[in-house]
Amino acid sequence: MTDDIISYRRKIKGAILMWLVRLSAGLICLLLAGLILCILKKGLFNITWELISSTPSLLKGTTGILPNLLNTFYIILITLVVVLPLGVGAAVYLNEYVKNKTCVKITELAAETLSGIPSIIYGLVGMLIFVQFCSLQTSLLAGSLTLAMMTLPTIIRTTQESLKTVPDSYREGSLGLGSGKWHMIRTVVLPSATDGIVTGCILAVGRIVGESAALLFTAGMANELLGIREALSPGGAGSTLTVAMYMYAKERGDFDTAFAIAAILLFLTLTINLSAKLAAGLLKKGN
Amino acid sequence: MRFPLQSNTLAVIHIQKKPVRENPLSDISEAIVHALLAICGFVAVAFVILITVFLVVSGVPAIREIGVFDFLLGTRWASTASEPAYGILPFILSSVYGTAGAVAIGVPPGILCAVFLSKIADRRTSAIVGGAVGLMAGIPSVVYGLVGMIVIVPAVRSIFGLADGANLFSAILVLAVMILPSVISVSETALAAVPKEYEEASLALGATKTETIFRVSIPAAKSGILASVVLGVGRAVGEAMAVMMVSGNVPNMPSLFKSVRFLTTAVASEMSYSSGLQRRALFSVALVLFVFIMAINLMLDLVIKRDKK
Repeated sequence: MTDDIISYRRKIKGAILMWLVRLSAGLICLLLAGLILCILKKGLFNITWELISSTPSLLKGTTGILPNLLNTFYIILITLVVVLPLGVGAAVYLNEYVKNKTCVKITELAAETLSGIPSIIYGLVGMLIFVQFCSLQTSLLAGSLTLAMMTLPTIIRTTQESLKTVPDSYREGSLGLGSGKWHMIRTVVLPSATDGIVTGCILAVGRIVGESAALLFTAGMANELLGIREALSPGGAGSTLTVAMYMYAKERGDFDTAFAIAAILLFLTLTINLSAKLAAGLLKKGN
Repeated sequence: MRFPLQSNTLAVIHIQKKPVRENPLSDISEAIVHALLAICGFVAVAFVILITVFLVVSGVPAIREIGVFDFLLGTRWASTASEPAYGILPFILSSVYGTAGAVAIGVPPGILCAVFLSKIADRRTSAIVGGAVGLMAGIPSVVYGLVGMIVIVPAVRSIFGLADGANLFSAILVLAVMILPSVISVSETALAAVPKEYEEASLALGATKTETIFRVSIPAAKSGILASVVLGVGRAVGEAMAVMMVSGNVPNMPSLFKSVRFLTTAVASEMSYSSGLQRRALFSVALVLFVFIMAINLMLDLVIKRDKK
């Protein structure tokens, strides 16, 4: 009945638009599927135990990405150690201490600005500040500090969001029982905001794993195996997986290794995405 | 008799004066924690100031030396020639054209996909497609660059019969794919926030579902969709590694099938071996890029503010 009221022109127009909508959603899924298949097809068979357990050696003519795997791990660790206290502290300060709205606005604007700055500029500024000005030389430390600047807004935002969801009655209860402000934050507020902090960490790890432009001039392109002490000292330079992949593809034309690293990166991204979702779901249920 | 009484009174006064908390140090530690947290609170502001100061201080001298007009409007960049020229107009135009092209190709399917996710798909399909978009957002830019290098560059070369497929067109295609996730997720949020009453009213007045989506929901979510486009512009302007791998990296004036160099790749490609004025000129290029990004951020802020009003 109602169909007859609508003219053919309207029906056809509607159908075309609807198909365009479905088409573009399908196109995006196809793009992703193509991307994944292409990487897996070219990369999966090149991931060998030798590749992930050895260092590159001209003498033996082998390539290995163990140093890059380790460097990625070091950089994630150092960056989180630096950025977590700063970011969580900033979020706590903004949410629990500041009463002046302008202060909060200024900091939020700054965080927004930071998250909009492209990574190549972070790389350049990191080089100027940490490598040259603080004379850390090209090192994992300089790279991590640069990435700490970059991931700070993520940690602040996620922590702040979950701090806002902690009910005021928790705070009142704690204060009413006679605890000091910091004691209240440490024992009541922060534990209830764990989900935001963990999500922030996972998102930050995702950004760190995928970052390359910011690390090119700060952490360097070396492929040497570093111990934890060397990784923490100035001059301990090393490339992460992404930077190494770029070097293999662009500078050496070794696409087999590049695609193997790409497949590993894809796997890491998938894991990080899934764990972010899982963490958010699990922690919400726990609350 | 008076003496013990007095001591008794004193004792009472003493009890009353005793602080509520047991630990006399707690006030001091509270103040220390407050100060430390305050420092953390302003670290973000300090970072922004630090970045701006370092970029301005290291970027301005070369612009002065070269001359503002010669630098910004010069069409020739030959930093290693015997008579070096430092004109960055090719970089600026490449960045502008590349971004415009990526937005033109990437935004329409992005918005349509957001419509699909927020209005048409059932919960399960929406979760699957949404997960795919999330995964796309997380894939490192070098991976996009690598696939572009191996798939898109040769395809562009053979389809258009070119000598080299690494050109502006390939860069536009890669950037278009890379801005999709941000366009989709922000537009989707905006579309999902449109009040149900608007759509119900439209349906009740006899509009079809499609008409409701395109004539009511999308106009109502206009600011959010615009914000997603501006965000995409920001991502495209700032992308360095993927572009570096597919654009050919030659400082030509931009043309669709010529190798080009963007503002971002200009900084990345010469920094490692630069020195003297060339190095300082690269800092100036970064300063110009920074100004671009700041302008885009400002625009984003205005769009969002208008939305809130």
